[in-house]
Amino acid sequence: MKLVVVSAGLTQPSSTRLLADRLATAVAAHADVTPRVVELRELAVDIANNLVTGFPAPALDDALKAVVEADGLVVATPIFTASYSGLFKSFFDLADNEALTGKPVLIAATGGTARHSLALEHAMRPMFAYLHAVVVPTAVYAATEDWAGKDLAQRIDRAAGELADLMVRGPAPAKEEFVPFADLLGKKN
Amino acid sequence: MQFGIFSVGDVTTDPTTGVTPSEHERIKAMVTIALKAEEVGLDVFATGEHHNPPFVPSSPTTMLGYIAARTEKLILSTATTLITTNDPVKIAEDFAMLQHLAGGRVDVMMGRGNTGPVYPWFGQDIRQGIPLAIENYALLHELWRKDVVDWEGRFRTPLQGFTSTPRPLDGVPPFVWHGSIRSPEIAEQAAYYGDGFFANHIFWPTYHFQRLIGLYRERFAHYGHGTPEQAVVGLGGQVFMRKNSQDAVNEFRPYFDNAPVYGHGPSLEDFTEQTPLTVGSPQQVIDRTLTFREHFGDYQRQLFLMDHAGLPLKTVLEQLDHLGEILPVLRTEFEARRAPGVAAAPTHESLVAAAKATEVGSAGGSPEFSEKVEA
Repeated sequence: MKLVVVSAGLTQPSSTRLLADRLATAVAAHADVTPRVVELRELAVDIANNLVTGFPAPALDDALKAVVEADGLVVATPIFTASYSGLFKSFFDLADNEALTGKPVLIAATGGTARHSLALEHAMRPMFAYLHAVVVPTAVYAATEDWAGKDLAQRIDRAAGELADLMVRGPAPAKEEFVPFADLLGKKN
Repeated sequence: MQFGIFSVGDVTTDPTTGVTPSEHERIKAMVTIALKAEEVGLDVFATGEHHNPPFVPSSPTTMLGYIAARTEKLILSTATTLITTNDPVKIAEDFAMLQHLAGGRVDVMMGRGNTGPVYPWFGQDIRQGIPLAIENYALLHELWRKDVVDWEGRFRTPLQGFTSTPRPLDGVPPFVWHGSIRSPEIAEQAAYYGDGFFANHIFWPTYHFQRLIGLYRERFAHYGHGTPEQAVVGLGGQVFMRKNSQDAVNEFRPYFDNAPVYGHGPSLEDFTEQTPLTVGSPQQVIDRTLTFREHFGDYQRQLFLMDHAGLPLKTVLEQLDHLGEILPVLRTEFEARRAPGVAAAPTHESLVAAAKATEVGSAGGSPEFSEKVEA
C-alpha cells in the first residue's frame, strides 16, 4: 500500500518532519506500506506559481498525483497563528475538491508549547472533514517538551495503528463515473 | 487545416510605456487586427465574449458583422460564445443573421465562461453551469434544424410553434466548436453531436488536454460520426516572434512579467517550457507548433492569441506579418505529416456539400427529423 507523508516543516532539520517520519515508521510497523515523503518546503515556489497561473509545475504535479493516488496520508504541519501553516493549506487548496474523498488521513502538528494542540481539532480536522477524508480519531501533537516524554511515542503508535487499520480495511475511493450524454440530456436509454 | 487568431478583447496597460488604450481604441484595434489577419493569409478570426471591464467584446456578432463587410475570405468565429448565460434563441438568430451577411463565413465556439458574476447578472446560477450548457445547446441545435419548434426545458420559458429566423444559410447551420478546459461533459457533448472540440491549452501543460481530446475522439467514434482520427479538433496557442530569438525574448519579457494573466508567477522560461507559449524565432514557432499534432493527433484548426499582455497595436500587426510569413511553411509541413483519412477543416461550403450528399443518399426516403429533446 502507498503511504504518502506530507510535511510542511520549514526549517532543516525540522521537528515537523521528525514527527512525520516517526509516524510513517510507526504505520509501517502496523501494515505493509511504502512511504513516500512530500516536503512542501521544496515545492513552495511551485505552489505559489500554481496559485497564480492555475496549473502545477512538474514536481508539484507529481506530488499532487502521489497524494491523490495514496492509500493513506500522514499530514504534518507546524502550528502558525493558531492554525496550520499557509503553505500547508495552499498545497491542499491545489488538490481537487474530491481528490481526498474517503481517504484515510492521520493529522499531526508541532508547536512551541502545548497551548496550540487543539488547533488540530479546531482547524485541521474540519479542513479534512470538508474534503471528505476519513481522519483517524487520534491526532498527534508534539510540543517541544513532548520530545522528552514517553507519551508522544504512545500517541504515535496509537494513531499509526488507527491509520493502518483504515488503510487495510478501506477500499480505494470510487472514481467519479463517466456520464453518457443521453443521461446528461435527461433522457433514458 | 485552418490557421487563425483569437482575441480576448482585454484593455491592458502597456507595461513599457504606461499607456492604456481607451475602449474605443481597443475595439478599433480588434477590427484592424481582424482585417490584418485576412491580409496576411490567415483563415479565421475569433472574438471572445465578456460582460465586465477590462474587456470590450460584449456584442460579438455586431463586431463580426462589421468585419464580415470588410473582408472576403476570413472565417468569423468566437472564443467563446457563452452558451450558459445567453438565450439560445438569441444565439440562433444572431449567428444565422451573421451567416447570411457573411456569405456563410461563420462558425461559433460554445463556452461556459469563467467569470462567476456573469451568471447572476444574466439571471442564472453558476452551479447549473453544465446543465445550462447541455440544455441550451440542445435547444439551439434544434432551432437551427427544425423549422417549427415546440420545446420545454428547465431554464427557459417554453416555446410553442416557434420558428427561429432567419433560417440558416442554405439550410446548413454554422459549424459549432465546443471549448472546454476541464469538463469531460463538454467533450462528451461535442462528441455526441459530431461537433468540433476546441482545447484552448494556452495556460495548461500538454498532458492535461491529451486526456480530454482523447475522450472526445473516442466518444466521437462511439456516436458513429467517424473514426477517432476523423474527429474535429482545434487548439489554442500564443507566440511572439522576432527574426533573432533573443530579441523576441527581450522584447516580450516585460509584457510577460506584468501581464494580468501571466505576470508575477513563473518565469518566462518556465512558462514557455510548461505551456504552448513560444517566444523566439519564426523557426522556433514553426517547430513548436508542429509538435502539437504529435501530442494531440492531426487537427483541423490552430488559433493563436496575438494581442495580449498589453502589446501595442503596432507590435501586434508586426507579429501578424511574421505569422503570415511562416504560414506557407506551417501549411506545407502540417499537410506533409497529415495521416490519410483525417477530416478536413469544416467550412460552410463543405457542410453544404455534405448535406447535399446526404440528401442524394436518402432520396425517396422521408425527411429525417432530429429526436425531440425532453429535458
